[in-house]
Parts: sequence; structure tokens; C-alpha cells
Amino acid sequence: MNGAHDLGGMHGFGPVDIERDEPVFHSDWERKAFALTLAAGFLGKWNIDMSRYAREQMPPAEYLATSYYEHWAFGLEKLLHDHGLVTQDEVEARLRGRAQPLKPVPGARILAAHDVEKALRTSRTSKADEDVAPRYKVRDRVVTRNVHPLGHTRLPRYARGKRGEIVLDHGVWVFPDTAGNGLGRKPQHCYTVRFTARELWGPDAPAPDAVHIDLWDDHLDPA
Amino acid sequence: MSHEHEHHHHHDDDDDVQEHREHGAPLTDVELRVRALESLLVDKGLVDPAALDALIDTYETKVGPRNGARVVARAWLDPAYKRRLLEDGTAAVAEFGFMGRQSEKLVVVENTPQVHNVVVCTLCSCYPWAVLGLPPVWYKSAPYRARAVIDPRGVLEELGVSVPESREVRVWDSTAEIRYMVLPERPKGTEKLSEEELAALVTRDAMIGVAEVRR
Repeated sequence: MNGAHDLGGMHGFGPVDIERDEPVFHSDWERKAFALTLAAGFLGKWNIDMSRYAREQMPPAEYLATSYYEHWAFGLEKLLHDHGLVTQDEVEARLRGRAQPLKPVPGARILAAHDVEKALRTSRTSKADEDVAPRYKVRDRVVTRNVHPLGHTRLPRYARGKRGEIVLDHGVWVFPDTAGNGLGRKPQHCYTVRFTARELWGPDAPAPDAVHIDLWDDHLDPA
Repeated sequence: MSHEHEHHHHHDDDDDVQEHREHGAPLTDVELRVRALESLLVDKGLVDPAALDALIDTYETKVGPRNGARVVARAWLDPAYKRRLLEDGTAAVAEFGFMGRQSEKLVVVENTPQVHNVVVCTLCSCYPWAVLGLPPVWYKSAPYRARAVIDPRGVLEELGVSVPESREVRVWDSTAEIRYMVLPERPKGTEKLSEEELAALVTRDAMIGVAEVRR
């Protein structure tokens, strides 16, 4: 979707402000938004691409006005609702301190504290084992598709309809543009594609510069 | 407190709101919602509170940019390790035990006199957790995500990195599950330093590509 999350190339946000000696989290609710999102993810009800898509659906004005962990909290609540794990009524009742019987979720396999270290170390969300032939090889010239899907996509707006060159073939991976929309894994090759800064931004861009973007077979046509 | 506080006294949500006014500061909407979600998930048996603590502790105290700094220092001192690192970053950092979440495949890109690398994720916040920990706020912010691809030289200049016109600025937009880390140039005058001393010089920002390592 052409959402506010797709920020590459926009103007007007001001300087990059690096905080010195920045803490990992700035408040306790950030710790919780982070940990709840990971722990709920390990329930296995959604994939990482659906998780990103949930955050992207925050209304654009709100997305730009809120912090990163607010995006995460929004995405988590949406996923919990969409997958029937927590209802809107249950959240509203808790916010108002009202007692409400909870809708049970049978058969959930939850992440136990003693499994956290192993789960993080072995977390493998997106590499695919299927043997799928690549459509391109390193040094092939490609052009990205000019598509504007309503759902989740990893082809940024600034790189659509642009010519580039395959520089790395990363093997076979789940395709987020289907997986994130609940349409299956559609495993295929993922490549790093090199675009010159001038191809992306026009003749005023510095001649030697380039942007490398990771894209899948279904984002590309031969140039 | 304020007029708003007075108002809440007549409201039937009063007790709950009061309970949440800790340290004198009212909790924001997002804080209340996150608390509500946490208590619901715990009460429903969908998350283990001890697992939440373990997740937080991992990224607050165990996994951070010191991991990446050790990798960089080793690569500066050991040419065979550097070769392995640039050929297969995932395997080379696994030699240190660094692997897992948000680092399913790691590619390490080397800064040279010809190329200066910069890493960004314009669409969200993809970042090599296993070697750098969780990303800083600026990396996830709109200014960086917007500008890093269209005006990387401007961003670098502001952050004190001047790249000569003839040197390529190569931006890596992390749009897949491949994660990127920059191997910065080793500063001059560090020939006698030990691996630990070198690692101490390497900053998070240098491994993202928005700073140089200084003696």
C-alpha cells in the first residue's frame, strides 16, 4: 500500500537527530510493547510480514505523528483483534477497569521463559527450503514493476519502474507481498538490485552513488 | 493537579484512572493500551510474564553493538577472518555465537577509499539485531528513512562524515530479511592496539555507516 511508512525520498522531515548515550528503551511501556510483540509473534498465528503490514495500516497522519513503539503497539492490537485472540470489548473493559469475562483461547502454545534464548537464536522466519529456479543471475539488467498494490509490498515507491542490475542472489525466500497479505509463501529468489542514484533521482544526483535494494523475482522484469 | 483531574473525580472510570497516575504524571493513551494488552494476554495465558522479562533483558543487557564491535576488531586484525566475514557474514558472526532474530542472513559490506556504505530501512526498521542490538530512535525516524536514500551525502555531512565527490556512497535499503552491517575503515595510528582496544573504538553509528571510527 502507498502508506506513510513508505518514506524513502520524502522531503521536509528535518535533520536526523542522534541522541547521545541513548538507552535501549525510553520508558517501561516501550519495553512492554516490544516484548509483547515478540512473545505474541511466537504464538505462530501470523508471520513477520503480516506484522509489518498491521503497522502500515495505522492511518497516515497518525503514523507520522507517533513514535516507533506506538506503531508496534497499534500493530499488536490489530493483530490480536484480527486473529481473535483479544476482542475490542476486552480491551475497552480493561481500559475502564470494568470486570469482563474473558473469551478463552484454547490450545495456544506460548513462549516459555526458559525457551526465550533458544527461540531468539534459532528464529528463522523467512528463508525458504524449496528449490526454486532463479529468473535472473548476477549482472542481469532488470526493471522493477510499476505496481501500486493495496496490500503489503516490499517494493518501495521510489524504486518502481526503475532500471537496475542484479548484484547478489540471496537464494529462495518467502515472498512478503503474498505472505503479508495472507496469500501464501510463494517462495522465490530474492536479489540485491543496484540502482544508480541518477536512475532513481535524476541527473542532479551524484554520478558515483547508488542505492541497493532487496527485491524478489515477482518485482522484476528483464530490462 | 489540573482541571482535568477534577473532572475525573466525577467520572465513573475514576478509580482506574487514579490507579494509573503514578509518580504524579498521567499515563498516556498508548501506555494505558499497552498495559491493557499485557494484562489481557497474561490473564488469558497467551504470554508468560517471565518470558517478557527475558526478552527485555536480552536486548537491554546482552545483545547490543558491542557484539558488532568485536566482529569489526577481529576483521581488522585477522585477514582470514575478514575474508570469511565478507564472503558469508552469517557464518562468520556465528563464530562468535551471534545469530538469530533479525539476522537470518547477514551481509557485511566494507568501507574502502572507493566506497562508503550506509544502511537504512525506508519501509520500517530492519536492523541486524544479533550484532547491533535494537535500532536507535533516529534510525527508525522519518528524517533518516526519508533522506538516507535521496540525500545520503547531506545526512552524512550533517553527522560529520564528509565523502569526497569521487567516492561512491552506496546505500543499502533493507527491504528483505537480509541484514546489513558496515565494516568501517580502521583508523590510522591504531597499529599497536589490541583486539579489545580496537573494539572499544568501534561505534554503533560506524557500523550503520553514518560515522567513521576515530582514534
